[in-house]
Amino acid sequence: MAITREEVLHVARLARLSLPEAEAERLRDELSAILDYVKQLDRLDTHDVVPTSHAIEMGTPFRDDVVEPFGDKEALLANAPDRLNDFFRVPRIIED
Amino acid sequence: MANVPVHEWSLLEAARKVREKEISSRELTGALLLRIESLEPKVHAYITVLPEAATAQAAACDEELARGNVRGPLHGVPIGLKDIFCTRGARTTCGSRILHNFDPPYDACVTEKVLAAGAVLLGKQNMDEFAMGSSTETSAFGPTRNPWDLSRIPGGSSGGTAAAVAAALCFAGVGTDTGGSIRQPASLCGVVGVKPTYGRVSRYGMIAFASSLDQAGPIARTVADAAALLGWIAGYDRRDSTCVDTPVPDYLAAVERPARGLRVGLPKEYFEGGGLSPEVRAAVENALKALIDQGAVVVEVSLPHTSYALSTYYLIAPAEASSNLARYDGVRYGFREEGAPGLIEMMSRTRAKGFGDEVKRRIMIGTYALSAGYYEAFYGKAQKVRTLIRDDFAKAFEAADVLLTPTAPTPAFRLGEKTGDPLTMYLSDIYTIPCNLAGIPGISVPCGFSTEGLPIGAQLLSKPFREETLFTAAGAIERALPFPRVAPLEG
Repeated sequence: MAITREEVLHVARLARLSLPEAEAERLRDELSAILDYVKQLDRLDTHDVVPTSHAIEMGTPFRDDVVEPFGDKEALLANAPDRLNDFFRVPRIIED
Repeated sequence: MANVPVHEWSLLEAARKVREKEISSRELTGALLLRIESLEPKVHAYITVLPEAATAQAAACDEELARGNVRGPLHGVPIGLKDIFCTRGARTTCGSRILHNFDPPYDACVTEKVLAAGAVLLGKQNMDEFAMGSSTETSAFGPTRNPWDLSRIPGGSSGGTAAAVAAALCFAGVGTDTGGSIRQPASLCGVVGVKPTYGRVSRYGMIAFASSLDQAGPIARTVADAAALLGWIAGYDRRDSTCVDTPVPDYLAAVERPARGLRVGLPKEYFEGGGLSPEVRAAVENALKALIDQGAVVVEVSLPHTSYALSTYYLIAPAEASSNLARYDGVRYGFREEGAPGLIEMMSRTRAKGFGDEVKRRIMIGTYALSAGYYEAFYGKAQKVRTLIRDDFAKAFEAADVLLTPTAPTPAFRLGEKTGDPLTMYLSDIYTIPCNLAGIPGISVPCGFSTEGLPIGAQLLSKPFREETLFTAAGAIERALPFPRVAPLEG
């Protein structure tokens, strides 16, 4: 199942990955090969099969909706690549 | 046994000797730090070694013991953790450039549990980037080498932990397994590795790859060590909503239990096909003979959808990964590529430079499989086939208590041998992947050597929450096929 260069670039935009030209070409070949391989699943009739979203059967666990403060705000902010006081600083959001 | 060097002791022996004051934690920790200093340049099992912190922890353990206080069953014993578990005060990279400077604001549940048990943390162990790989070659910090043959890979993604245990650069470690990442490197390094039932060990603070498949588990040199360590890290944790609230049995007691009457199933699909090396097949047959000699009964079983497991995995795992890895955007932590004119461009450049090729490949596959128009055909289809694979196991476990298979199709391959073709690398996990899809527990236990002197492991699988059965069967194999504990590396 060959995918096109345009599809590769579209998926890269969705995934927020900037791709140089050469990498897009290589990824197109690699993704095509992998998608060819996984298409073998189409040989199975799964019309009446219930999908698995959780391997171990268990109900949804509930808890009371109680706020628990993390406490160490400084430890969180200390990892920021760029901060201003108690804020994460980023480049401008509205691009030209 | 009087002359067994300190580093070759088992985890349980080391723990007993510290507790009984035959050796101090400082001496024990010092001996391993010296060994790390001399052998790390060859093996590269660690991303970060923590000599000062470990020495301080050991000193504190000694002082507390002198006052009669024992922190827990691992009091003063040095171990390692895969660099996927958050450790407060020690950077946690997940093998990625994008987290090269990440200083976690909290400890993972596994970290808390090993520290509460009294363990001394020697360092954070190497791994494939975001646990995506079967050789540690995708680590942004360079590959780990197999201690049995330094020209070969240790397996992956928990290759650093398996190599460190095999080279006696720690007494045991904790890894993670999404498609074989504990069992495959354990097999290739000649050590014991356990992938517990999904939900047995908390995933809190363990950096996510594919959340419906990821589990943490022990890597150790003996079955008893692995059993004990699993007991100390398992158990309910409300901070992981998929963690199951069920009692933790005495795994260590299961190791000595007789294997008599155990129904051992051989799934025929795992022994067909050309990919299985004859040497691996022969070694696994020896493991089977060991079980039969101790009174186990053989039954043939079938897992008819086995050949679809790899495809199912390579849709589900990348899809979940593409979602989990969306958080690495250069805003709150980790690497940021400077100089972009706007936010979106900053994120796209940061991710392009911060992630390696394999991670990008999987993000791309996953994003594609989840994108508009393809979701049903790919991700939806894979979730349905996952049900068929689970049903296969449920049926097999009506006839068998435990399944015996190879862990990996071949012994350790050479560095660079499979990096050129992603699909060839993916085939390394062909026998380990179905277990994760089904959520069941598995163990790899050493069962022989190739003619080139490379370790071979046998995999055992059991029903959900029947890890005890795995330890009983693995204990029987270990007793019949005693294995050198430590790889013969020059000091």
